[in-house]
Amino acid sequence: MSKVAPPEELAKVDHTPPKKGWMDMPVELKEGRWCYGSKPKDHEVIGLPNPRSWSPGDEDWKLPENWQEIFLEGMRERLDKFRSFRLFMDICVRCGACADKCHFFIGSGDPKNMPVLRAELLRSIYRGEFTTAGKILGKLAGGRKLTYEVFKDLFYYFFQCTECRRCSLFCPYGIDTAEVTMIGRELLNLLGCNIDWITGPVANCYRTGNHLGIQPHAYHSMVEFFCEEIEEITGILPEPSLNRKGAEILFITPSGDIFADPGTFTAMGYIMLFHYLEGLGLDITWSTYASEGGNFGSFTSHEMMKRLNSKMYAEAKRLGVKWIIGGECGHMWRVCNQYMDTMTGPADFLEVPKSPITGTVFENAKSHKMLHICEFTADLIKHGKLNLDLSRNDQYKLTFHDSCNPARGMGFFDEPRYVIQNVANNFHEMPIDTIREQTFCCGSGSGLNTDEFMDMRMRGAFPRANALQHVHDKHDVNMMACICAIDRATLTTLCEYWVPDVEVIGIHELIGNALILEGEKKRTMNLRGEEFPWVEEEEAEEAAAEVILEAAEEGVEAAAEEVADEEAAGEAEGEK
Amino acid sequence: MSLEKLLQQKKSVILERWFDSILETYPADTRQFLKKKKNRFANPVAHEISRGIEEIFNNILKDANSEDVSPFLDKVIRIRAVQDFSPSQALGFIFDLKKLIRDELAENMGESRISEDLWELERKIDAMGLMSLDIYTKCREKLYELRVKEVKNRVGRLIERANMMCGIPEKEGDPEVCNTDNLT
Repeated sequence: MSKVAPPEELAKVDHTPPKKGWMDMPVELKEGRWCYGSKPKDHEVIGLPNPRSWSPGDEDWKLPENWQEIFLEGMRERLDKFRSFRLFMDICVRCGACADKCHFFIGSGDPKNMPVLRAELLRSIYRGEFTTAGKILGKLAGGRKLTYEVFKDLFYYFFQCTECRRCSLFCPYGIDTAEVTMIGRELLNLLGCNIDWITGPVANCYRTGNHLGIQPHAYHSMVEFFCEEIEEITGILPEPSLNRKGAEILFITPSGDIFADPGTFTAMGYIMLFHYLEGLGLDITWSTYASEGGNFGSFTSHEMMKRLNSKMYAEAKRLGVKWIIGGECGHMWRVCNQYMDTMTGPADFLEVPKSPITGTVFENAKSHKMLHICEFTADLIKHGKLNLDLSRNDQYKLTFHDSCNPARGMGFFDEPRYVIQNVANNFHEMPIDTIREQTFCCGSGSGLNTDEFMDMRMRGAFPRANALQHVHDKHDVNMMACICAIDRATLTTLCEYWVPDVEVIGIHELIGNALILEGEKKRTMNLRGEEFPWVEEEEAEEAAAEVILEAAEEGVEAAAEEVADEEAAGEAEGEK
Repeated sequence: MSLEKLLQQKKSVILERWFDSILETYPADTRQFLKKKKNRFANPVAHEISRGIEEIFNNILKDANSEDVSPFLDKVIRIRAVQDFSPSQALGFIFDLKKLIRDELAENMGESRISEDLWELERKIDAMGLMSLDIYTKCREKLYELRVKEVKNRVGRLIERANMMCGIPEKEGDPEVCNTDNLT
């Protein structure tokens, strides 16, 4: 009988890298850990190089012959153009502070998911190809040449980074690995190596106006559909306007809010809020042209981001509005708040946002002229302008997930919390080192929210899920609120795998539930069309009260009859 | 001394070795992180594994039924089901326990009562191995189910609204939707 290795040996994982240096570890592209390759038709629409059918799983990626030259030239150009990029290539001392901060590393245990190593993938090429020491000493100076293997390594790991920036928070030098990833992806793009889930939405967005390629009549139809649902729940039929010239404010939200649950319930919340405010002087319009708040161009290249973003100011100009409100979104808000002004501005044809209801002037949006809807709503609540019934959110025990871009990217922590706490009674924070600027990513940002990437997404989601599990166990939390359209979709999947008793909700869905509209009927269900848990009890109580009342009425009648009988008898006796 | 008492006595050593043997399945750099980082929110994988295996061990000792031990197996397996492991690699840790216990009890192996009890205990561990297979499969099935669900939900509302279906209406009395124009 042949000798079989003992079971514990058979079951061991043979991917222990340190005996070899990380540079010598061959890249092994495993299914579930990479996203499908970009399609030629999308490349052609947006003018991306090298349109061809390919898959990251293929041996041959069909790169152009002079691919190394193109890549290195692109790298040289960016080193000259972006001072931060050159700095990030030069200054890392490999202290390891960032190493264990990445959700993908924490969840997967793959050392190349350590931010320091992810950046080192590109940094080693910088040293090997651009610095004298690296050119001469090679590996000794931490340098290496750009080979086909190395190129595949770059693709694999730059599309395993969600650009969440948690690592940069802990770097003593402030190296932003997310920016390294962004440049890395730009370089991959030069050779036509992007993923389908990014180029598809980008091409659709460029041609039709939103990620799914939904045409204006379908967009209109969906908004109408929401209004009918609102009527069913409240008895009130809102009439939001689309593409209305001369409105004071333009509203732009991610298309995910219009087409995918549970974002659709958040969209219903916006419609209800705007309807409520109409009587108080709100003059707002939606747009089927600027029908996408999200910007997958920002996951492609800075040029592509600019191209897709340009329609926002263009539409504001066309409609002649004074300023813009943006819906609940994560990366959209980063693009609008931090890049749009320099990229597509100046928006000198717009005015500084001023709430028509409270008179608050939003100085923070003085230059780019766009407000996040949570800022707008928080201000309304602060001034007591909303008539709210908090008890309608009593079925929810809430927590709040800080989405990476608004939270860590822009310090947008308190407005959403302020709104939640004024619109619902039960709120519990997750542990401090997992929220606010230290928040854990959903594991699916930066265009990686596609189904074929599920294994990797669930690994990356685990640190967030673990903190969520904690508040679920401790406080019975059953609903996680967030202000990002990608989160609303991806956290739902995260919860189903890791913490199945928790669901996901947008903040304006909570608003929609609590908002008391003038003339509304008695609400018996939430925006999801689910009956409030107390309705059955109330109905039973009402039915019981009715029975008692009837009995009482019958009793009164019987007593009256008795009295009448007695009186009659008395009278009869008196007569006698 | 009975096997149960012996195992109680050696519980912390066995658990430590068990934990270490699980960490052995990760790359060295990762192992260092998993072992050293104590904050449960910064290092959830190690925390859940160590908590999970302790509860699994407790349940083995107290002769618990499968429902009791299942949630703790789930805690560990749910993580390993999405990590870089083949099914056998993901579940091997259950069977490692047999060797760990035998190694730890080497000097007591001569006692006939111990070896009889040990045989029973190992049968229990084998049964747990089978349960683990069920849990692992459920986790993987869940992932596939979630993939399908996401794809459906991505455009579900739109398809419903765009009248691209021809089916039985949701509510009685609603008109039957039957319009396939948009598909052509």
